[in-house]
Amino acid sequence: MNAIEIHDLNVWFGSGPDRANAVRDVSFDVADGESFGLVGESGSGKSTILRTIAGLVPTWSGQMTVAGEQLGRRRSKAFYSKVQMVFQDPYASLHPRQTVDRVLSEAMHLHNVPDIDTRIVSLLDDVGLGSGFRFRYPHQLSGGQRQRVAIARALACDPSILLLDEPTSALDVSVQAEILNLLVDLRREHKLTYIMVSHDLGVVGHLCERIGVMKDGRFVEVLAVEEMRRLEAKSPYTRHLLESSINSIH
Amino acid sequence: MTDAPLLDVENLWVRFRTRSGVFDAVRGISFTLGKERLGIVGESGSGKSMTGRAVLRLIRPPGMIEADRLDMHGEDILTAPEKRMRKLRGGRVSMIMQDPKFSLNPVMTVGQQMVEALRAHERVSRSEARARALAMLDEVAIRDPERVFTLYPHEVSGGMGQRIMIAMMLLPNPEILIADEPTSALDVSVQLQVLDIIDKLVRDRGMGLMFISHDLNLVAKFCDRIVIMYAGRIVETCKADELRNAQHPYTLGLLNSVPDLEHPREKLEVLKRDPAWREAPSVSARQ
Ligand SMILES: Nc1ncnc2c1ncn2[C@@H]1O[C@H](COP(=O)(O)OP(=O)(O)OP(=O)(O)O)[C@@H](O)[C@H]1O
Ligand SMILES: Nc1ncnc2c1ncn2[C@@H]1O[C@H](COP(=O)(O)OP(=O)(O)OP(=O)(O)O)[C@@H](O)[C@H]1O
Ligand SMILES: [Mg+2]
Ligand SMILES: [Mg+2]
Repeated sequence: MNAIEIHDLNVWFGSGPDRANAVRDVSFDVADGESFGLVGESGSGKSTILRTIAGLVPTWSGQMTVAGEQLGRRRSKAFYSKVQMVFQDPYASLHPRQTVDRVLSEAMHLHNVPDIDTRIVSLLDDVGLGSGFRFRYPHQLSGGQRQRVAIARALACDPSILLLDEPTSALDVSVQAEILNLLVDLRREHKLTYIMVSHDLGVVGHLCERIGVMKDGRFVEVLAVEEMRRLEAKSPYTRHLLESSINSIH
Repeated sequence: MTDAPLLDVENLWVRFRTRSGVFDAVRGISFTLGKERLGIVGESGSGKSMTGRAVLRLIRPPGMIEADRLDMHGEDILTAPEKRMRKLRGGRVSMIMQDPKFSLNPVMTVGQQMVEALRAHERVSRSEARARALAMLDEVAIRDPERVFTLYPHEVSGGMGQRIMIAMMLLPNPEILIADEPTSALDVSVQLQVLDIIDKLVRDRGMGLMFISHDLNLVAKFCDRIVIMYAGRIVETCKADELRNAQHPYTLGLLNSVPDLEHPREKLEVLKRDPAWREAPSVSARQ
């Protein structure tokens, strides 16, 4: 079974002469329990794909089936209990006047999660924050701490599909390692399905089985992580990306 | 006073009064910045951003700054009036904030705010400011600068927002640039390109750069000197090319938790933090 099926997706912003085509003719499937990575040029449409699946961009055409539901203009409440997104920009996604406690408990109330109190404590623990952060406001947190709150919120209602937009780019490597390990464990225990955007090929390679490479709104190539490791990319753009990534490490 | 370092900081503290007592985000650190590239690394929450903000006196109450010395080019900025600070900020010293979209004005187009920011510190005509802003966007590898000029911050991608912020901060030719995670949303190829531009400016204009990042490898490649922070203190400082000989277990732990495409591992190593790290006195990074 496929958790996600995307067929001929086109997404645009504006109309007439101002129209910008952010995603063009993109198709891919993600099997149940699989992790699919999205990499590619800045501005190539990676976030836009995730935002469109999540129902945040109304101007699209094509077919999308997610968790068995054929997607139209609106997303049902049931959709959001199955599908959650972690945004690239943790500032914008946390309400400035809500404490961490309120952010997490509201997410759980909405989806009737039982025993909220215990769950908040264990969620904060999972993302490596601890309950000392429970009553802080977003401006009292560092960039990486805020991102971890956003991850905890996405996990709060036990979704089956996570859309992760650069979930660890604000984190230092030690916290990044903790979060990646957590994502790997959660996936194994709960059969979660991920789509993850990252500009870091090491991160994508650690978590994902297959990777879509984007440029200018299009997929230039979809390859398995082993092919990526063996540097067996067909498209020149992917090869360029791989080369600069490897040069930057050594 | 011309040979005074660009920044001279001694025993800097940043404290927050909270409901559960006073929290010390930065605990008595000392460092100088010359015409060099100084990397500040450390895990999330170790006090990197607060250090950068303190240098600009951008800590809002209930936060407080204390220091034995906080000098910019020989001038005491710990006690300087706010008016003087406003003149320095965005002119002689600029900061690229960690959250670009948050720092950009949401109701002004990218172009409008770049032009205004430049004109606030330099007497240039609108058309010249526009030309310089467009050229700078082009330098930071923004495709189609003319289009991006007309967009609002929510209409640009994460990596574009970061580069716009960089371009905006470089425009007024600052003497000191504080860059807080300036490239964390950029893929490696664009990252290298953007770092090259910053590097060129540091060299050509004799700028001092404080480069804040959690990415040790990046900092080691790009900076001259590195300061490693843990729990608000400096635990180690070294020349960038000597990072491989780093001693502190925290530094070594950071080096070992990087996922590497070519050497996959089932589980990534995570840091085992030793309470003693927090208690050890801060190492001075003054030169
Ligand atoms: N609301 C909007 N209005 C107009 N254009 C938009 C809007 N949102 C995104 N775009 C444009 O769509 C394109 C794709 O943006 P997107 O955020 O998907 O890129 P990305 O691949 O996630 O890049 P990055 O790696 O920098 O985050 C960009 O050119 C951007 O300017
Ligand atoms: N207003 C505040 N009240 C209380 N504590 C605060 C406040 N602002 C920041 N802090 C705390 O100060 C510490 C240092 O924060 P800082 O933003 O400097 O971290 P950082 O090293 O930049 O981390 P990151 O890599 O995650 O951005 C953090 O533990 C943070 O929670
Ligand atoms: Mg994006
Ligand atoms: Mg920070």
